[in-house]
Amino acid sequence: MKPVIRFALDSFLYLVRGSARYYAWLMFLGFLMLLMFYGAFEQFTKGMIVTNYNDQVSWGLYEAQFIFLVGVAAAAVTVVFPSYVYHHKKLKEIVVLGEMLAIAAVSMVMIFIMFHMGRPDRFWHLIPVIGIFNWPNSLLTWDVIVLNGYLGLNAICGFYYLYKRYTGQEVNKLFYMPLVYISIVWALSIHTVTAFLINTMPSRPMWFHSMMPIKFISTAFAAGPAMIILAFLAIRKYTKLKIADEAIETLAQIVTWCLGIAIFLGISEVVTELYPATEHSFSLQYLIMGKHGLSGLVLWYWSSVLFLLAGFFMLLCPPLRKNHKFWLPLACVLTFAGIWIDKGMGLVVPAFIPSPVGEFSEYTPSAIEIINTLGGWATGLFIFTLLAKVSIGVLLGELKYSEDEGWSPSGEWEPIVHSNEEVYK
Amino acid sequence: MSEITDKDKSNEQAGPEGNSRREFLSKAAKGTVAAAAVAGAGALLANSDTAEAKASWGEWFQKNYRLMTDEEKKESIARLEKRYTEEFGKKTTVDGTPAQEGVLFGYALNIQKCIGCRRCVHACVKENNQSRDNPEIQWIRVLKMEKGNFLAENMDKGYPDPVGIQVGGNAYQNAGVTLEGEHYYEPEQVPEKGHFYLPMQCMQCEKPPCVKVCPVRTTYREPDGIVVIDYNWCIGCRMCVSACPYWARRFNWGEPNLPKEEMNPNTHYLGNRPRMKGVTEKCTFCMQRTRQGRYTACVEVCPVGARKFGNLLDPESEVRKVLEKKRVFRLKAELNTYPKFFYFID
Repeated sequence: MKPVIRFALDSFLYLVRGSARYYAWLMFLGFLMLLMFYGAFEQFTKGMIVTNYNDQVSWGLYEAQFIFLVGVAAAAVTVVFPSYVYHHKKLKEIVVLGEMLAIAAVSMVMIFIMFHMGRPDRFWHLIPVIGIFNWPNSLLTWDVIVLNGYLGLNAICGFYYLYKRYTGQEVNKLFYMPLVYISIVWALSIHTVTAFLINTMPSRPMWFHSMMPIKFISTAFAAGPAMIILAFLAIRKYTKLKIADEAIETLAQIVTWCLGIAIFLGISEVVTELYPATEHSFSLQYLIMGKHGLSGLVLWYWSSVLFLLAGFFMLLCPPLRKNHKFWLPLACVLTFAGIWIDKGMGLVVPAFIPSPVGEFSEYTPSAIEIINTLGGWATGLFIFTLLAKVSIGVLLGELKYSEDEGWSPSGEWEPIVHSNEEVYK
Repeated sequence: MSEITDKDKSNEQAGPEGNSRREFLSKAAKGTVAAAAVAGAGALLANSDTAEAKASWGEWFQKNYRLMTDEEKKESIARLEKRYTEEFGKKTTVDGTPAQEGVLFGYALNIQKCIGCRRCVHACVKENNQSRDNPEIQWIRVLKMEKGNFLAENMDKGYPDPVGIQVGGNAYQNAGVTLEGEHYYEPEQVPEKGHFYLPMQCMQCEKPPCVKVCPVRTTYREPDGIVVIDYNWCIGCRMCVSACPYWARRFNWGEPNLPKEEMNPNTHYLGNRPRMKGVTEKCTFCMQRTRQGRYTACVEVCPVGARKFGNLLDPESEVRKVLEKKRVFRLKAELNTYPKFFYFID
């Protein structure tokens, strides 16, 4: 049997074996995904009327997830860059987990793009050659290119690395390293292009500023590694994989500084817009203080400010940052949540309020939107769980190629459960 | 399957093998969509009757209108005429008249004369087959402007400062043309005291931002300057809706509701033919009329003659006379979209 096929089979068998907690987690995600299938059915048959989108606010919860998750995908570079450019040994050992997170995040991005489209059945119109691809005019086509390219790069790098580890061979550096360096630059491009997608529309003054790309990148490199730290802490707790404190500390420092820059950029934006308070600042005024009696996003905005400041100060104090039991996870959750608001609902929705003719109207997501969004996230976490499990198996050597003739799929059928004693100390 | 077979009758030219062909296409399409859609959402879509109910398979596989050969255009138009005629129970024509040489359409609106009666809004809906309710779609919106109301008692209500009030108490008082989005007014009579009106619709920009952002080139500028949409090619991404500074584009959030008896059977492929859910639409200067040498519905209905329409390349046309004789402005001129919709005062 060819090693590639064996790799696929072994991975599959490794995936179906796990602790009760593993199954429970997958079933929980599966339940949310089932709800999403119902929501998707409703939306794709009845049209987007099942959402609360309207003529005034024509983008909402889905686009918020899309923009935020592009950032999470790009953030894989916070693991890849120190590993290969600064030769950070401890991060390099687990770099493949970052790539797997990128794959899962881009998958979520694709799901939210499908929900965003009014005619998902005509998706093929966007495929070059058989459809029409308005490139280079339309920035959406640039986004299609960079996102698919990024997915491809991470899938190739990640699975190539895992396969080589699985068969016990060295990676071919002439093939692997150029791809790694390309993927580092590419990661920046996906978020830059996504920023260009929305900040090139003067019809929406709130978005129309040149700070958008750098703010996107700094917030992404805060929220992304915050999520990676949480994933690493969970992996350390529930598997045998040893992730060094040093690796987590490097990521925590990246979160700290990028969050600091993001807060600074946020303050700059507020001062620039609100000091002269022209008509173009109406969206921001609505977001921060409410306007004409409408204040649907005010609470969201201020919770985001509170989360980000609290998270930032926790990360700035070394004793808190190095406390992996409570303070670091808390700071990461706050950072993640704060940026999810800031770059999601807090960025997408107010840009449509007021409308280009000056009309103020509010938007709250419908039930269908919410279950589709939860389901989209669950799908991404499901994909990440499976990818991470295979990666961990390979990294631990539990999943490895053996020349053994007696290989059979029904081999040692044991759930792989790690006792607390085995856990990294 | 009843709905799909009804509406699919126009596709029966496949003859006796029609069924097997449709089966094959449906399988192929299921495969394509399922592959394109993540998490199996697409598979659900392909399985549903209603998702395809509006577009027969023939339409689903057709090219963008601009790229069709004359033969394909004819075929597509014939298919649509047949489908609409059956669906709405009246003889429906779908016109494919292209832009004429030496014509660049332009529009001028006299805001001094407009009384805000909104007859144009309703004539437009009637002419252009918009969805009547849920979702209700109107291409023209009339904004109500305040002439300005400055009050002596507001004098002291500004922001105090050691050297007096530096933000006047009558600040935040709208006066003149400001876009404040008041378009839901329901008065007994128009015009209302202290107000004037500014109707807005698609400006048919010479440099349209909506065209630039469209990822699939479904919306484009015709040679006579009208920005059109191939409704069968639109993927519903709403980039154009976001990019339009004039709030001129409307999206079909649900299946349009167009009662049979209210449907206008004289349609144009790129203009007022009935739309489907999930696509964008907007004013096309009534191309089904104007390309035949007629006025738009809004120009015809305006009781005060505030609306002028014509060929910008013809020095004798009304719109050119307005440009020559009147004080003219464009809305949001600073965005350099170069609208061919002008406002003027006498």
